[in-house]
Amino acid sequence: MSFVEYSDFVQDGDVAIIYLGHESTMPVKVQKGAQTQTRYGVIRHSTDLIGQRYGSKVTCSKGGWVHVLHPTPELWTVSLPHRTQILYTTDIATITMMLELKPGSIVCESGTGSGSLSHAILRTIAPTGHLHTVEFHQQRAEKVAEEFKEHRVDHLVTVRNQDVCKEGFGVTGVADAVFLDIPSPWEAVGHAKAAMKKHGGRVCSFSPCIEQVQRTCEALADKGFKEISTMEILLRVHDVRTVSLSLPDFGPDPSAQTQPDTREDAPPTSGPNHASLTLKTTTPPREIPGHTGYLTFATKPRT
Amino acid sequence: MADNGDDDSQYRIKEGDFIVLKRGDIFKAMQIQPRKKVIFEKQWFFLDNAVGHLYSTTFEIVSGGTLQPQKLKDTESSSDAKEAGTDNRNIVDDGKSQKLTRDDIETLKEQGLNGQEIIQQLIENSSTFRDKTEYAQDKYIKKKKKKYENTVTILRPSCRILAMMYHGREPGKICHLRYDTLAQMLTLANIHAGSKVLVFETCAGLVLGSIMERMGGYGSVIQMYPGSGPVRAGVESFGFPAHFQDMLHEFPICHVNALLAGTLDTTAKDPSADKKHSNMAEEEEQNQPEAEQQGSPEEQSLETNTSDDKGQDQEEKEKDKRKEAKAQERKVKLEEKRKKLAAAATLLEGRNADGLVIASRFHPCPVLMGLLKFLSPSRPFVVYSQYKEPLIECYTKLKEHGGTVNLRLTDTWLRHYQVLPNRTHPLLLISGGGGYLLSGTTVAMDRSKPAGSQRAEEPAPKRLKLTDTEG
Repeated sequence: MSFVEYSDFVQDGDVAIIYLGHESTMPVKVQKGAQTQTRYGVIRHSTDLIGQRYGSKVTCSKGGWVHVLHPTPELWTVSLPHRTQILYTTDIATITMMLELKPGSIVCESGTGSGSLSHAILRTIAPTGHLHTVEFHQQRAEKVAEEFKEHRVDHLVTVRNQDVCKEGFGVTGVADAVFLDIPSPWEAVGHAKAAMKKHGGRVCSFSPCIEQVQRTCEALADKGFKEISTMEILLRVHDVRTVSLSLPDFGPDPSAQTQPDTREDAPPTSGPNHASLTLKTTTPPREIPGHTGYLTFATKPRT
Repeated sequence: MADNGDDDSQYRIKEGDFIVLKRGDIFKAMQIQPRKKVIFEKQWFFLDNAVGHLYSTTFEIVSGGTLQPQKLKDTESSSDAKEAGTDNRNIVDDGKSQKLTRDDIETLKEQGLNGQEIIQQLIENSSTFRDKTEYAQDKYIKKKKKKYENTVTILRPSCRILAMMYHGREPGKICHLRYDTLAQMLTLANIHAGSKVLVFETCAGLVLGSIMERMGGYGSVIQMYPGSGPVRAGVESFGFPAHFQDMLHEFPICHVNALLAGTLDTTAKDPSADKKHSNMAEEEEQNQPEAEQQGSPEEQSLETNTSDDKGQDQEEKEKDKRKEAKAQERKVKLEEKRKKLAAAATLLEGRNADGLVIASRFHPCPVLMGLLKFLSPSRPFVVYSQYKEPLIECYTKLKEHGGTVNLRLTDTWLRHYQVLPNRTHPLLLISGGGGYLLSGTTVAMDRSKPAGSQRAEEPAPKRLKLTDTEG
């Protein structure tokens, strides 16, 4: 197992994702002799997980069952322990494409936060790229570095514990892309520029408030960035449902009386026996996230 | 690791490169070819001069269609005369505020004035410009720039640029797949270097190319194609290095049933040939295409017409030679095709692919149910459709069939913003829809229980409760 390479069987030391049912997942660190409690009962790692094929069904002690899944950045995003607000897959997908990330890209990121985006970046830039990520919160920086090691992607990433607004990314002239998710991105635009390759590259800033976007755009324009573009992207989930719509009773139809014989034979249609129509359709969830953040992209021209 | 100042060669435009032209928000992909006239946004020019310049350079189109790199002086024109009104109460639309006539502007153009100079002339000859508010002045200049500035930027192609280009220019060719939807697909399918991905697309090769870009030449992509051959025009536009071709395989979808049943014979010379042919002796098989060609009506008529003439006899011999060479060429091609089919079949037979991406004009349901069988358990898949209803059907089928979890039917909603000092707002016009996605993860099929007994995630219809209370 690695977050950048598939394998078929669960091994000791892997991080596996337990799929419990509808949008409910939990990550487990697979260890000989360890146990994990779920609402369907206990999972014994040595017998239930190790040596099993990823994707297989695991029967828990109470007779319930779950699926053990190979980790992916997307599954990690929905199951990781939150230490901060995180970026979700919809924004991550857009960021990855708009920053033109691909195998071999050198990327700078700040702050690292809970590492949701970091894992997605690492997946995309492997095996030859590198991520320089900056997190000013010491405990978070240490924790995320530990996770990178557990997930076997630590050879692709350097975590720096410093303030990106004051000290920058710790590298200059190397990055193809820079991503900023900090409260005052405009203070880091200069450092972003310095971190990027001389021939140019792409930058993205994620901010929840429009005032932050305004200041960031001004700073980007000041520093000579081009193609400045702000967008917002929202996910709509459609729940597939079978619904049935009752048909109203219009009473006896007088035009049908031309054939009195058939009327006699027809069963009584009144009473609780309503006719209805069943169909497959989708319904929106009752509540959906209406805003995550504005994404501002720009291109650094050659300098 | 810092950039080497001399190492610019890889960033320079070369002859034969696949490039993208950009003006405003308009893109156009093409190849740099010597002395080839290019028409873009009602302007014609030659790309020869661009060769040797760096990518992302903006060029001015000068007379005769030559390109000249633009000097870096952009926003000075608007900043010199900072005289502006506060509101429009005294601005009357009498149609006479512009003193220059259509003909005057044409003359200016003929005199060889560049876009910037023409705009300056328009401003100077507008009696109301000074009374306009600062914002209105900005807007005026922007509008005129769009019309008169004759510049073009040359970009290196990327998934981002090509996806935006196709969506803007030819959405019909890519089943109206919007770029943000494509972005979701690449992420939901966990496309990355080193994996083995199945693709079925009729999006001109855009989806395939995007997947190849994300895989960076590592791993393998098997394109399942309908009809006689895969469409890859979009792939070419990416301008991938030659070695990317090594990871690309193709397999005709019409052979999927045979492959699944184990009856596919990859020794057949032509994948579209009938299966009974594959049992024939190899010698016979190889001769067949040749015989077919000789028997074609055109060849026969040519022969009868020229048989008497001696001078043309020579020609005839040469023609025979050429024919032979052609046949030989065809034989080699067929052999290559056979090898490719066999290679793709071998890749598929393991039924251990790492991902599946479907985006086509076909009904996704049979495609999904057929191709899902080639995936390992615990692997993601994603299906695109321009319409929601067929994906509802896919969802229902998958629930009945089992073997998948984490099913989600989604679409994304995209909004662009204008961000300017005191003029920030969402853009007035946004895309109405970018298609729908069904995504999920494969799991091992349960052999002990019948498929019907899978735990249903869908709640029972609400009606039951209603009738209860009514009774």
